[in-house]
Amino acid sequence: MMERDVPVTADELHAYVDGVLPPDRRAAVEAWLAVHPNDAADVAQWRAQADAIRARYGAIASETVPERFDLDRLTRPRSSWRAIAATALIAAAIGAAAGWIAHGVSASPHPGFEQFSAEALNAHRLYIAEVRHPIEVGAGESHLLPWLSRRVGATLRAPNLEAYSLKLLGGRLLPGPNGPAALFMYETPAGERYTFYCSRANAPRTALRYNASGDTAAVLWVESEIGYVVSGPAARERLIEIAQSAYREMESRLPTRSTENEAMPRRGS
Amino acid sequence: MGGFRQSVAASVPALRRYARALTRDAEVADDLVQDTLVRALRSEHLFHGGELRSWLYTILTNLNRNRLRALARRPAMAAIEDNDAPDLAGPEAGGRDIERALAALADDQRSVLLLVVLEGLSYREVAEVQGVPIGTVMSRLARARMQIKDYLDGNRPPLRRVK
Repeated sequence: MMERDVPVTADELHAYVDGVLPPDRRAAVEAWLAVHPNDAADVAQWRAQADAIRARYGAIASETVPERFDLDRLTRPRSSWRAIAATALIAAAIGAAAGWIAHGVSASPHPGFEQFSAEALNAHRLYIAEVRHPIEVGAGESHLLPWLSRRVGATLRAPNLEAYSLKLLGGRLLPGPNGPAALFMYETPAGERYTFYCSRANAPRTALRYNASGDTAAVLWVESEIGYVVSGPAARERLIEIAQSAYREMESRLPTRSTENEAMPRRGS
Repeated sequence: MGGFRQSVAASVPALRRYARALTRDAEVADDLVQDTLVRALRSEHLFHGGELRSWLYTILTNLNRNRLRALARRPAMAAIEDNDAPDLAGPEAGGRDIERALAALADDQRSVLLLVVLEGLSYREVAEVQGVPIGTVMSRLARARMQIKDYLDGNRPPLRRVK
């Protein structure tokens, strides 16, 4: 009676994939896989997953470590650093939301609406700061709108804002207050970023509303149970103009094709 | 003393890799790493030998849990989970698919899978990081892998980059 006669367990298959199987069980597992095609397929699939994960994220460990992680820097101004580090993450998220809600209370009595705008503004603030990954799917990819429309559950379009020197970079999918949300990002040649956020809203139809919160502002409206938020730098006239343009385009209910095509030629430029 | 700091510093690249894969957001990930380092340095006296690496991963994993609680965005996982049909393939679709498939996992499952395949921790170390028995680690690992498989199978053929 050899080890290879001992039945192979699921844990052993995982250990085999992860290279931590005791050597004396290796032959047994390999013999098992030779006659159990389903298990062999699982093993191949798990390996492919691991390869994909390493391919996607492995290189990050070879990046030059940014200065902010220099340990001496981190510990120097002790007390202040502790406070900042401990609360930075939460403050960034909650502060934005709280400020926004406080600001919006008088203007918009509908509670669902406030959470909605807070989410939109959080997303805006988070992603405009992204240098390398501001979007998930580029404007040039034809599945951008079908994908986000399917996830949000409404026919979305990314308004053409070229008239305001705003080029569509692309979009991403986000968790929203009432389900998935789409965030489209636009950029001026000077690198100013605007976002257009769309998601289901549990709020009645509204007219356009302008709200500023610090150096960021947003114009929002709800139409057919979809909330739209245009966010950007707090320059009132310009933001309202841009939002009105987006609003008109959403209202016109024209086929999206022209918008898509015009918004696309980004790649080489 | 110096050894401790040196070892912590040497772990930064791997911590950044893990955090990025865990959160899928470079900024949030780096904030988590920074917070982890600050805590580790502050708690040096609490570290009684053992695997420094596991200890750092433990801090980071816990901080990430706190972060998720603080955000309290309940629909995040469910929303992406239900039926996100991955999109027609482009050359980079493999990378995005694995990202989405990871995003659809429960946090503990994602953490186990990443600690094992990306960070190369042993099952025992992962059990320490998560504060659970090894059997729980194995079942989380198995569930993570089956879910990713289902996710990818449901929509398109398995990943291309099989080596």
